[in-house]
Amino acid sequence: MIEVGTILDEKVFYLDRALLKEYADASGDQNPIHQNEEFALSVGLPNVIAHGMLTMALAGKYVSDFAGGSAHVLEYSARFIKPVIVPAGEKVDLTVSATIAEIDGDKVSLTLSATSAGVKVLGMAKAVVRL
Amino acid sequence: MLNPDSVGSTFAGTESITVSQSEIDAFCAVIGETDTAIAPPTFTIRITLSQFEEILTRPNIGLDWSRLVHGDQKFEIFSPVKAGDQLTCSATIESYRVAAGNEIVTVRSDLHKGSDLAVSAWSTLVVRA
Repeated sequence: MIEVGTILDEKVFYLDRALLKEYADASGDQNPIHQNEEFALSVGLPNVIAHGMLTMALAGKYVSDFAGGSAHVLEYSARFIKPVIVPAGEKVDLTVSATIAEIDGDKVSLTLSATSAGVKVLGMAKAVVRL
Repeated sequence: MLNPDSVGSTFAGTESITVSQSEIDAFCAVIGETDTAIAPPTFTIRITLSQFEEILTRPNIGLDWSRLVHGDQKFEIFSPVKAGDQLTCSATIESYRVAAGNEIVTVRSDLHKGSDLAVSAWSTLVVRA
């Protein structure tokens, strides 16, 4: 049984360079900062970074799983506050959890937490689902 | 610089886009979604961002897409998207400001299935100084 304040189990997703390439192809966002280390460094980034929308898509999977499927997700929003940094040859974590913020009939609002390497990467992340 | 006269205006995107099952499958595969009957909640960014790029970089609007970063994103989903859906996209420039040389523009996209609004999505885009 959930109630306001219930904290949902966390789930860890893993990102690597291959996943960034796969997301670039699936989303159509081929910006080289997500694939090419030399380019990323040349524009002042610490390394290749994940697409903010990939981070949001993975946290969205967490929301869909809670809701019982993508068709139950009514609203979803997030601010991209820090990049997920993806060095070559490494798998980095995206750790997602959520707290029940509001229950209104069959509509449930979640406040999401998303961190990578201990750093908060999404801010103001919220979703509304219909259970 | 964005043409300030464009703020508040709505621009139609290109002709309708038909969503394919293979596009949904590819997006689901990235995030580990096994139910591919419905597009994941952020799937339509695939349509929205390319339409924003096409519209906002038109000579009369003038956004510099090459120095863009994505500030925040919101979706309201009124009708889940499935393969075979024919969607039309419009973009409304809702707000624009310049802060410390960065241009900050909020754009709303409305995706319609026929006459029904399926998804509204808001993107804050930042053109770095």
